[in-house]
Amino acid sequence: MLRYSLKRLLSLVISLIIASLVIFLVIEVAPGDPASFMLGINAQEDTLDALREELGLNQSKLERYLSWTFGMLQGDFGTSYTYRTPVADMVADRLWVSLPLALYALALSTLIAFPAGIYAASRRGGAGDVSIMGATQLGVAIPNFWFAMMLVLVFAINLRWFSAGGFPGWDEGLFTGFKALTLPAIALALPQAAILARVMRSSLLDILNEDFIRTARAKGLNQRQALWRHALRNALIPVLTIIGLQFSFLLAGSIIIEQVFYLPGLGRLVFQSISQRDLIVVESVVMLLVFAVIMVNFIVDLAYAWVDPRLRSRT
Amino acid sequence: MTSRNLIIGGVLSAIFIAAALVSFVWTPFDVTQMNIPNKLKTPNAANWLGTDHFGRDIFSMIMVGARTSIAVALIAVGIGMSIGVPLGLAAAARQGSLLDEVIMRGNDLVFAFPSLVIAILITAVFGPGAVNAIIAIGIFNVPVFARLTRSAALPLWQREFIMAARVSGKGPARISMEHILPNVTNLLIVQGTIQFSLGILAEAGLSYVGLGAQPPLPSWGRMLADAQTMVSFAPHLALIPGGAIILTVLGLNLMGDGLRDLLDPRIRVERT
Repeated sequence: MLRYSLKRLLSLVISLIIASLVIFLVIEVAPGDPASFMLGINAQEDTLDALREELGLNQSKLERYLSWTFGMLQGDFGTSYTYRTPVADMVADRLWVSLPLALYALALSTLIAFPAGIYAASRRGGAGDVSIMGATQLGVAIPNFWFAMMLVLVFAINLRWFSAGGFPGWDEGLFTGFKALTLPAIALALPQAAILARVMRSSLLDILNEDFIRTARAKGLNQRQALWRHALRNALIPVLTIIGLQFSFLLAGSIIIEQVFYLPGLGRLVFQSISQRDLIVVESVVMLLVFAVIMVNFIVDLAYAWVDPRLRSRT
Repeated sequence: MTSRNLIIGGVLSAIFIAAALVSFVWTPFDVTQMNIPNKLKTPNAANWLGTDHFGRDIFSMIMVGARTSIAVALIAVGIGMSIGVPLGLAAAARQGSLLDEVIMRGNDLVFAFPSLVIAILITAVFGPGAVNAIIAIGIFNVPVFARLTRSAALPLWQREFIMAARVSGKGPARISMEHILPNVTNLLIVQGTIQFSLGILAEAGLSYVGLGAQPPLPSWGRMLADAQTMVSFAPHLALIPGGAIILTVLGLNLMGDGLRDLLDPRIRVERT
């Protein structure tokens, strides 16, 4: 286990280094000088130089890359070109919207998909199975932002149960906060739940064909008992992979959903920064998202190896 | 069941592909022509699907929008296949080598950047537009096809007919082209259909947030973005483009499922 963990840790570090290099180089080739963008076209050459000096733009590419990455390791994401405030503070504020939203959606998606997938698998070929599978076909075809608009139309505009957008902040209380995130979370969760339910069902059906299930049936368990006691645990491995992958889709997907609901999350920060050419913010937020995805996959990998010793020898 | 999926999916896909093709030569109205007095009409005899806030004909916009969606998704799948398949074949031919390792780790890395994040990076640098949307979705398709090709090709390399080809003196590149590739084509077609539908969803999402096709080129995603503020009094502005996206994606997915069962009942295609 230790050997396996160290090996995975090494590849994690390499992935992070390469990802940071790619992001840095892409942003590097972006046209336009941040200093002249900040000061406008009428700026004097010496003021520009002073600002470039202050922002560290005069250093070589290598120095800038190193100071960016080492800064991030210490929690310093640089200073926004537009607002002159630390990027870390801007990101931290927004993270309190985006992260709860992604986790809320992940919880909803799991809560919907598990019962649906298990039920469909246990009624294979029956009317329940066919209708759930039909619903998931539709679920994967619906764009989540369109679904979000429909939710707003029905539950915010017509029924007035929820507000159509915006976020009051967590200071207003946990309930108010979660209420504001409920429609966005449902919109994010439903298409993901459709995928997860399909994976759950097919994984269970695969396991139900295994010899040990036949043995369980032979010793007198009925199909349902065999499913709950023996098949479910074994079917969870592929399901966990998908849940890990979904986290990254949810984080990225929340970027679009935040636009629908005018939520002050990471997504809106990124779009604002793009339009203001505040590239240091874009650079750091993208790196943060990629870091989150790589970390989640790392944790999922380790969790498997811990659950299933067979995977440790296979790398 | 199988043939039913294939027929329903095929018909739905054919309708939208036909609409896209016909839009090159004919649309009921000119999509760039505004007619403000005739704005926000619900579906009627003259404007079959109604008009938008500029009085433009929605039916015509859906037709031209189909062109944008299909072109972006199709080219993105093409990029993914033309780079991903050779990489996958090469990795399988040299399994366990440094080349294999580099290709697979590179794939992991691209997977760590969801397509939307790639799109954001590209637009941050080069500005928004349909071409950049194609590149963003296309890059994301590369590892999908590389992985699929590699995992399908690996077991083939153990088979007798490949041994025979090696004994007859063919090199790995020639074997990959002449014997491996034809045996993974079915799988690639099925996955291609699925990536095509995912590409349509991705294009709609990117256009919705303004990173995709730019005005005046109609696109389903931007029609939805325009509809957002008017959804309370003109819901058809959101329902119609949304319906077009859902039916196209549903059609392609059903066609993919049907093709999979038709071409090979045993193969399983990953869809996430």
